[in-house]
Amino acid sequence: MSTDTLPAKEAAAPAAASAEARNTLRSKRRRNALRTALFMSPWLIGFGVFFAYPLISTLYFSFMRYDGLNPPTWRGLENWTYVFSDMPKFWPAMQNTLWLAVVMVTCRVVFGLGIGMLITKIKTGAGFFRTLFYLPYLAPPVAATLAFVFLLNPGTGPVNSFLEAVGIPAPSWFNDADWAKPALTVLAVWGVGDLMVIFMAALLDVPKEQYEAAELDGASPWQRFRYITLPNISPIVLFAVVTGIIGAMQYYTQPIVAAKVASGVMGGSGAPFQPGYPDNSTLTLPQLVYSLGFNQFNYGAACVVALVLFALSMAFTALLMRRRGGLIGSGD
Amino acid sequence: MPVRPRRAAAALAATASIALFASACTGSANNAASDDPKAETTITFWHGWSAPAEVKAIEDSVARFEQAHPNIKVKLVGDINDAKLGQALRAGGSNGPDVVSSFTTSNVGKFCSSGALADLKPFIEKSKLDLDKTFPKVLQQYTQFEGRRCALPLLSDAYGLYYNKDAFRKAGLDPEAPPKTWTQFAEVAKRLTKAKGDSYEQLGFMPNYLGYETVVEHYMSQWKHGGYFAADGTSTVAKDPAFAEMMTYQKSLVDSLGGFKKLDKYRTTFGDEWGAKHPFQTGQVAMQLDGEWRLNFIKDAKVGFEVGVAPLPVADDEVAEYGKGYLSGTIMGIAPQSKKQNAAWELVKYMTTDTDAVVQFANAIGNVPSTFEALKSPKLKFDDRFKVFLDIARHPASTTMDGAVNGTTYQETLSDLAHRYENGTVTDLKKGLADTAAQIDRDIAAAK
Repeated sequence: MSTDTLPAKEAAAPAAASAEARNTLRSKRRRNALRTALFMSPWLIGFGVFFAYPLISTLYFSFMRYDGLNPPTWRGLENWTYVFSDMPKFWPAMQNTLWLAVVMVTCRVVFGLGIGMLITKIKTGAGFFRTLFYLPYLAPPVAATLAFVFLLNPGTGPVNSFLEAVGIPAPSWFNDADWAKPALTVLAVWGVGDLMVIFMAALLDVPKEQYEAAELDGASPWQRFRYITLPNISPIVLFAVVTGIIGAMQYYTQPIVAAKVASGVMGGSGAPFQPGYPDNSTLTLPQLVYSLGFNQFNYGAACVVALVLFALSMAFTALLMRRRGGLIGSGD
Repeated sequence: MPVRPRRAAAALAATASIALFASACTGSANNAASDDPKAETTITFWHGWSAPAEVKAIEDSVARFEQAHPNIKVKLVGDINDAKLGQALRAGGSNGPDVVSSFTTSNVGKFCSSGALADLKPFIEKSKLDLDKTFPKVLQQYTQFEGRRCALPLLSDAYGLYYNKDAFRKAGLDPEAPPKTWTQFAEVAKRLTKAKGDSYEQLGFMPNYLGYETVVEHYMSQWKHGGYFAADGTSTVAKDPAFAEMMTYQKSLVDSLGGFKKLDKYRTTFGDEWGAKHPFQTGQVAMQLDGEWRLNFIKDAKVGFEVGVAPLPVADDEVAEYGKGYLSGTIMGIAPQSKKQNAAWELVKYMTTDTDAVVQFANAIGNVPSTFEALKSPKLKFDDRFKVFLDIARHPASTTMDGAVNGTTYQETLSDLAHRYENGTVTDLKKGLADTAAQIDRDIAAAK
């Protein structure tokens, strides 16, 4: 009936219009998505090639027997069991890496911030001291490590000669398992110029009026630091800690050079150099990855350790993010 | 735009760890050699020598090869260690090496079993080379693994005892009668040691495992043992009493000369092993376990005392074997990815088996020749002291390290125990050796 169909047509017209609008919207969204994808494609390609593919490969090879020359063969969880239960160097390497991530990073942040604060307070000669503290950061890691091993040599180093002259018991530094990591920490703190500069920029950005108001209220220097400086620079502190921890997870050059020079095993005909001297105290997870993969041709086990490093980096970062909301302050 | 910190940090973290391991790529172990060795070609030879005199020696040797094979030019790349070599052999490519050499004989097991070096059997058969008539048995042993021959010996090293004859005289010892047993040696080392404060004016001998060449395997060659692995491939370090005997003796030597801490602190005053300030050359130590190459270093350093050379002592009940020593050397092989394997074989064959080539290279570099013919060649230039090393090389009881599928790993595990025993961290040697043997077996199982 016409009386029935007319309202139906009238009703159908807005429905069709709405469907058309939906289609238009969908196609617009699709076009937008495509455009976004196109703009993002350089990053996506980079992400795929340099992150996703290696990550998936690493996971895949962790279940395989693979020597880099012959086709990989399935090993199931054998590489994982080997690394966690049958490889005595894994846990010392893990312990050393965590020690460095906690102690070395903390020391670097504390000293970087402390020196930054001191230099921002200096009225004359700030430029000189800024340069003086920044310069060690420019020293190549191998050269700096070599210099430290010679300076801290227990038999001939000037540091121990001085300590012995003034009657202080001199440690064996890089030749003593208890002192090797603290010696590496001293080396890392010596090159703290990068953090010092970042902290100085952050400290100079803290509004002066906040300090003036706090002083009028009778706040002590500690209270001014705790309630004004620290909240203002906390994103930078977090940045320093996160990048420091990631750096600690990659810590390779300095411990291996220090161990090589201090042990005297420089290659040649004698025993092959074993990373970690003395007594595995400087062995870190990246050294283990290299040793397993490139010295022992055991890529499977090396991939397991690489994944452990990845998980550790993620866990540290997630933990810090959870505690501090983000790299950029909440106002941004 | 707000930064997505979690993702950014995650990406950073992931990249950091993955970048450590992203360079893996496969090569193929293709042994089919179809190139014409008579065609004009250029091959690349990677070697480990870096000292100017050694580089000149290898260049001269290669020049003689080019003269004998005018169609083959050789591009030399020096200062290559096993890490670089391993990566190049895996990666292959047109810029990779055709011929390689390595100083680390204990890596041959890894190179042979993985196919990192080409199987030389077809080339040897084609050239009708009789290895038994060409190379001493020990040298044949360290250039193959489980029947697969992937390398040939290029000169060899023999280890003996260097001693300061002047220091012997001053200590009232006969410089013409070096110690022949380890008991005599301990006595001589003590008599040669002069204290100075809480350190030494002169140390008789640096027994620590980090005293340059005083490593486990060099000591072990002076104790009669049946190798590091049994016929079933398991470690023998806990079963063969020679290992415990050696480590017990070394520990007693450490203790009698002042203890680990004192010795190790003194060790940190030593100059570089490969420099003029080597502790034997400076007179800081009066006796040194070392290879034949030290003779050249001593000549170059113009040391101010008379140097004596003798075989290393042996265990008291093994005097009949006095004269033996540890043998190793440089090995030479062919990259499996090389498209010029026949030309590469010509170079390997010339450098390792041509008597004149071996003798001239040995003379230039101060190493022990690696073939029977070269060992008795009248063109071999040596003084009486070098003859000691030639005799060690020929001695039937001289030994070397065993190869393993995971290269030097078992050596490192054994050295770890030895270090911990000498510094007192491990006191129960029997248990330590049993744990070490089990660990070596687990590592090998994981690498297979």
